[in-house]
Amino acid sequence: MRFPGQLWIGAALSAVFVGAALVSLVWVPFAVDGVEIAARMQPPSPAHPLGTDQLGRDMLAMLMVGARTSIAVAIVAVGIGMAAGVPLGLLAAAHRGGLLDEVVMRANDLVFAFPALVIAILITAAIGPSALNAILAIGVFNIPVFARVARGGALSLWTLDYVLAARVAGKGRLRISAEHILPNIANLLIVQGTIQFSLGILAEAGLSYVGLGAQPPTPSWGRMLAESQTLIALAPHVALFPGLAIVLTVLGLNLVGDGLRDHLDPRLRRIG
Amino acid sequence: MLRFVLSRLISLVLSLAAASLVIFAVVEVIPGDPASYMLGLNAEPETLAALRRDLGLEGGIAARYLSWAGGLLHGDFGTSYTYRVPVADLVSARLWVSLPLTLYALILSTLIAIPVGMLAAARRGGPADFGIMGATQLGIAVPNFWFAMLLVLVLAIRNPWFPAGGFPGWEKGLWVNLRALTLPAVALALPQAAILARIMRSSLLEVLGQDYIRTARAKGLSRGAAVLKHGLRNALIPVMTILGLQFSFLLAGAIIIEKVFFLPGLGLLIFQGITQRDLIVVESVVMLLVFAVILVTFFVDIAYAAIDPRLRRRR
Repeated sequence: MRFPGQLWIGAALSAVFVGAALVSLVWVPFAVDGVEIAARMQPPSPAHPLGTDQLGRDMLAMLMVGARTSIAVAIVAVGIGMAAGVPLGLLAAAHRGGLLDEVVMRANDLVFAFPALVIAILITAAIGPSALNAILAIGVFNIPVFARVARGGALSLWTLDYVLAARVAGKGRLRISAEHILPNIANLLIVQGTIQFSLGILAEAGLSYVGLGAQPPTPSWGRMLAESQTLIALAPHVALFPGLAIVLTVLGLNLVGDGLRDHLDPRLRRIG
Repeated sequence: MLRFVLSRLISLVLSLAAASLVIFAVVEVIPGDPASYMLGLNAEPETLAALRRDLGLEGGIAARYLSWAGGLLHGDFGTSYTYRVPVADLVSARLWVSLPLTLYALILSTLIAIPVGMLAAARRGGPADFGIMGATQLGIAVPNFWFAMLLVLVLAIRNPWFPAGGFPGWEKGLWVNLRALTLPAVALALPQAAILARIMRSSLLEVLGQDYIRTARAKGLSRGAAVLKHGLRNALIPVMTILGLQFSFLLAGAIIIEKVFFLPGLGLLIFQGITQRDLIVVESVVMLLVFAVILVTFFVDIAYAAIDPRLRRRR
């Protein structure tokens, strides 16, 4: 089932939050380190369009800077997943059924048994909590996902005639993987990248909510939620807006992912 | 089938061994000296030496791993450094919160997702389908802990129908505890139900297009009867795999949700372990979680092969 124009709605939603994160690099409506207890937990007003939090900081500014953390963590984690997972998947496909394939796939199964949260717990236990920790945990979690997608996509291509032609022409497996397979699975990888990006935003929020992600004073959506939890009855807006920001960003990215899938490769269109 | 079970069993054992190696390596080897890590910078040399002896640090890495893993095999999870009690005791008390919560959420999510997914498939392209798919798209995007906070606000604070947190303990009776677990379970279940409903829908749609459904219709079965007798069983196969995967998501999700509702489950134990640098607790609980995930995957594989004999030859 496809909603009309979902790619554009999704792109617009994502652009708002990515834009907010970028703008926050050069301009924020208020300083996020400006604690002003007298002005705390104010409801939305012309001066503070989204109100203020429990320390009197402007919510809009906090959300903009928080977007930076969430988006940066999720993007770098996708980068890690792709950089390690795609070559592994390609290699496994090039040596299908061989020892290398077996080792890569079993290692993948193993990583799959560790939810991102559990990886984060392990890393935190070893080196302490930080935003880097969240990046590593989500990144490691992404590796088998990309390896699987790359391998699956590559396997179906290896049976095609043009790959056979390239083999006859004397190209080695690595060269074929790089020159013929990779460009043709790029679409798949972009779609998966969008999905992992949105999952990464959710995971980062969860990790920083439980204190395993970005540490104070770096604002992050998950931590804003954790800090506002006890105040939810007094000032619901402080807990509402960071959550909405997460939902809308993830929703936007998911719509982009689904839309891209249809747009780039109609063969993948799911039933409906 | 026996051959298949055996081969899966071997891979189960290998996975567990590999997982325990990874966990041990990350928790005990990366920080360098676990004893000084656990005690911090200002530790007295005597305390350090005592802890090293307690942890068996003189024995070298291989010996330490073997004694830890060997202990796990017969249910000895080691002794918590901060609580001075066997980790197994700590875990079993917490397990009676986390496991019921996970199962409660799994049941809720399945009970919601399957009928909803079937309805969407039956009304394909109609307003009900449109509404359900929109709702699931939203459900996937909602972080469960935020959803939990909203549930607390609306159903515990504004309308005091459910407790906002805490867990009375099973000795207080079934009902109060189920009530305490209801909001956490709903918060965990709904986002997962969104995913499951989408899979149920596309799986059923795929089955409905198959020849055997047409045959069933041709021999006079009504549409509903054809779906129930011939379609559902086949459509449930992909749903089952996802259920297996969802168990691990729910278990991990439970750790976060327990924090929202201050439930004394495994999550709380892990976070206490982290802040108190009680590495033994952390590595043992993590091992237990990973063990649960690997075990569920194993059973899903077996159930899968039992339903669909073609799958026994794969791998």
